[in-house]
Amino acid sequence: MSETLTALFETTGFYHLAPGPILMWAIAFTLIYLAIRKQYEPLLLLPIGFGILLANLPLAGLMAPGEGLLWRFHHYGIQWEIIPPLIFLGLGALTDFRPLLANPRLIFLGAGAQGGVYVTFFAAVASGKFTLQQAATAGIIGGADGPTTIFLANKLAPEMLGWCAVAAYSYMAMVPIIQPPIMRLLTTVKERTIRMKKGRKVSDREALLFPLVATPAIILLVPASAPLIAMFMLGNLFRESRVVERLTHAAQNELLNIVTIFLGLSVGATMNAEAFLKPMAIFIFFLGLFAFMISTATGILLAKFLNLFTRDKLNPLLGAAGVSAVPMAARVVHKVGAEADKKNYLLMYAMGPNVAGVIGTVIAAGIFLTLLGLAR
Amino acid sequence: MQQKILAPLAGRILKVHITPGARVEEDDEVLVVEALKMETPIFAPCTGAVKEVCVSEGDSVEEDDVLAVIEE
Repeated sequence: MSETLTALFETTGFYHLAPGPILMWAIAFTLIYLAIRKQYEPLLLLPIGFGILLANLPLAGLMAPGEGLLWRFHHYGIQWEIIPPLIFLGLGALTDFRPLLANPRLIFLGAGAQGGVYVTFFAAVASGKFTLQQAATAGIIGGADGPTTIFLANKLAPEMLGWCAVAAYSYMAMVPIIQPPIMRLLTTVKERTIRMKKGRKVSDREALLFPLVATPAIILLVPASAPLIAMFMLGNLFRESRVVERLTHAAQNELLNIVTIFLGLSVGATMNAEAFLKPMAIFIFFLGLFAFMISTATGILLAKFLNLFTRDKLNPLLGAAGVSAVPMAARVVHKVGAEADKKNYLLMYAMGPNVAGVIGTVIAAGIFLTLLGLAR
Repeated sequence: MQQKILAPLAGRILKVHITPGARVEEDDEVLVVEALKMETPIFAPCTGAVKEVCVSEGDSVEEDDVLAVIEE
């Protein structure tokens, strides 16, 4: 009798519990707590947290290669590179390039804020703890772009995907905490009160032509960025054409929401105890934060540098919006600017480098892929 | 002299704190515009009497639309 009971007990997951998976549950519950209680990127951290919990239930086999449910979501969604480009379709449909087109020089700030990506890459390589591919993946966190981070990690360092995604989305949620001290440190009150000269009016035709011109230009320049740029610009073309409201709406809402569910769940599911409870995880978090801070700083410093040469001064805070956490980074710029001068409305100007930053991060990822993808 | 309050950014009017005839001090919060899910307060450019309020709550505005007119 007792033997049967023991045998029965051994078929349950309880018998197979180990400290590793239980620690992962703690991480899962922390993320779920942060998502619900603090509303830190809940759309992503909630499914990611739950995915982590599911992936660490012994015997459930949800991530069993070839048959597990979550394995299928991850395999067909992320390994096949379907979900990140679909997210970009939605983001493209949500993005208004007018603030950028009105002030084209703001594009430099979007590029400047990729500094953290490269600085972190070299720092990670110098640490000797990472391969070139892993270093690039850690660096791209500084671009503050979730889908791009996942896209690159999947190609270059799939073993780091889960932690990188969690780091990227966590820091994105913490933009309002991480950025302002750096912004205040690097600018004087006088610089923060600089009011931007009004941008020119952008015609509807220009906004429509932008995706049509930018797509071939960017893809010809950095072919490896094609999947993300192609879908992003298609979404933007939907939006600006104004003849396919239904498709624009579907890309912005239903499709984006649906793929977000599968993205979060699949990313969480990659984080099982054996693969992820490694000291490297702490390094990734540290490097990601470092990348984020450096990107904020390089954006601001580039704006100050440009001011040496121009008559219409840029408000250097705008540089911080070059990290592509849209629109959080732009909101932070607006708020820090308003602390110095409450009648300085920087929000729309900040959207310029912000959307340029998205493109900048994709290009940075494309460059890494081109240089490091073959070597793997 | 009249001063127009222009929309500093495109968005939706969330709150209107002023009515025609009311007195406002410079830097008083007169309206709130919502853009990118953020509330942006708009402040009076000068001290004076509200001559006209051109928008009501819920309206969408474009950048540089006239929101209200203040008579100094």
